[in-house]
Amino acid sequence: MKIVVCIKQVPDTTEIKIDPKTGTLIRDGVPSIMNPDDKSGLEMALQLKDKYDAHVTVITMGPPQADLILREAYAMGADRAIHLTDRKFAGADTLATSHALAGALRKIEFDLLITGRQAIDGDTAQVGPQIAEHLDLPQVSYLEDIQFDGDKTFTMKRHIEEGYQMLQVEAPCVVTVLSSANEARYMRVEGIVDAYQKEVEVWGFNEIEVDEKDLGLKGSPTSVYKAFARGLKPAGELYEVDTDEAVGIIVKKLKEKFIIN
Amino acid sequence: MNLEEYKGIYVFVEQREGVIQNVALELLGQARKLADELNDKVYAMLLGHNIADQARTLIAQGADEVLVVDAPELADYTTEPYTQAICKIIEDRKPESMLIGATTIGRDLGPRVSARVSTGLTADCTKIEVGPNKELLMTRPAFGGNLMATIVCKNHRPQMGTVRPGVLFAMEADANRTGEIVNFPVEFNTAKFKVKLLETVKENTDLIDITDARILVSGGRGIGNEEGFKAMDELAETLEAEVSASRAMVDAGYIGHERQVGQTGKTVRPDLYFAFGISGAIQHVAGMEDSDLIIAVNKDKHAPIFQVADLGIVGDAKQIIKKLTERLGK
Repeated sequence: MKIVVCIKQVPDTTEIKIDPKTGTLIRDGVPSIMNPDDKSGLEMALQLKDKYDAHVTVITMGPPQADLILREAYAMGADRAIHLTDRKFAGADTLATSHALAGALRKIEFDLLITGRQAIDGDTAQVGPQIAEHLDLPQVSYLEDIQFDGDKTFTMKRHIEEGYQMLQVEAPCVVTVLSSANEARYMRVEGIVDAYQKEVEVWGFNEIEVDEKDLGLKGSPTSVYKAFARGLKPAGELYEVDTDEAVGIIVKKLKEKFIIN
Repeated sequence: MNLEEYKGIYVFVEQREGVIQNVALELLGQARKLADELNDKVYAMLLGHNIADQARTLIAQGADEVLVVDAPELADYTTEPYTQAICKIIEDRKPESMLIGATTIGRDLGPRVSARVSTGLTADCTKIEVGPNKELLMTRPAFGGNLMATIVCKNHRPQMGTVRPGVLFAMEADANRTGEIVNFPVEFNTAKFKVKLLETVKENTDLIDITDARILVSGGRGIGNEEGFKAMDELAETLEAEVSASRAMVDAGYIGHERQVGQTGKTVRPDLYFAFGISGAIQHVAGMEDSDLIIAVNKDKHAPIFQVADLGIVGDAKQIIKKLTERLGK
């Protein structure tokens, strides 16, 4: 079995703060991490590797420093790493990003393509299904679990609001994985040493199979009209009183608003 | 692409087991407002099997025309049949814009359709307005809710967007509204059907959806443990409210994900939101700040939750919950 996992380097958005004076993002000192859903996707691939001796390739698109998460993937147990980087990819929205990744994936053989459900910097959940469409492959999103049926099919557990669905899917296919699917393994100590000796293949536009007009800014149907810090409404009343008085204040408010009589 | 040819605001009407989902009615309400402003029409796309009798409701909820795609292939949602049907509608009708609920169905369908017809899709919009050139301005949170971004799709149609349930308002149903109901047959390319639904298992059938709750009693780290949640349950019962929580409590296993409020949980807008022991990380605030009345209790007087609360109490959440339940129970 051959598996490819798409991973993305993202700022840890839980560490981002807003400057209360200027209303801008404070990105200084915010660590870059492997996107949590992607990491669970990689863990899912590595579990299939443990079970079926699958070959696991990781691929990322991003600036030079994204090399770090490919090394991390090596240290966790990936077999091959590809870093997709080219100025032609810059300024891409989700559709143009999915075209670039699909262009690279046309050059790689696989039975299963795994992406995270969504990245924490954008939260769009679009790139996985869009790649599937470009490659004309079936997709299952919100994946919680997967079993290989031995033949050319997988049985999958997909999360939905009211519970879950079981699906049978023909390979090759594309899945997007939830971070709640598993607990990703740590890097192995010997793996960390290896990770820096292994080669990361760097691919640009010339290495992939894609129409140039579908890439970067030109290939992006959406654009940002404006961006702004979330405006906070003026703070209400604040009381620092003992418990009894606090309860009294709350009850009064509930009456005022006709929530209780 | 000749943009002039594209007309109409199309709404994907999500149904599950034949039941039209609230989010579809919310989208219709928003589409109605936009259409009135743009002097355009609202089209509801109702996909499913044996569901045509529900088309009338959609007119009462704001649609000018309902396109019914009735086929056994569409009885339950799977990606490919639904994508084929929606893309056929886009090809024939050339919609100016298309709104889809940001559910596990809509967030699967939306990107697949947008890639097939090569257009832009804005995920999880919280606001949709008409721009200076009559284009749609779709605003959404980015960077985990730290930033808001307004997205436009200038030269591609339809302009697509998904919106989370509970964010927009449905209009008051108006039985006197008139509209057309049209059958829209689709011929499927079944060779592309490679996903088979084996079964749907419902786990949360006894629970109500927190996005429908009028009052939410929500707890965070300051609630601490199971005992704290039990106390919240009692308060909720007294107030006929539902219990919800911040992500930390869901991760700690005290409460199910379906009751999580925030960026990675649900967006809620109840009449009253109690935030007990919730510090108010931006990811949480993004999911509840539009509640009508917010009452927050936290030990830390600098907790960011107080910046969005209408009433803030610096104090021990657990004690206050207990006393409040006693007092209201009388």
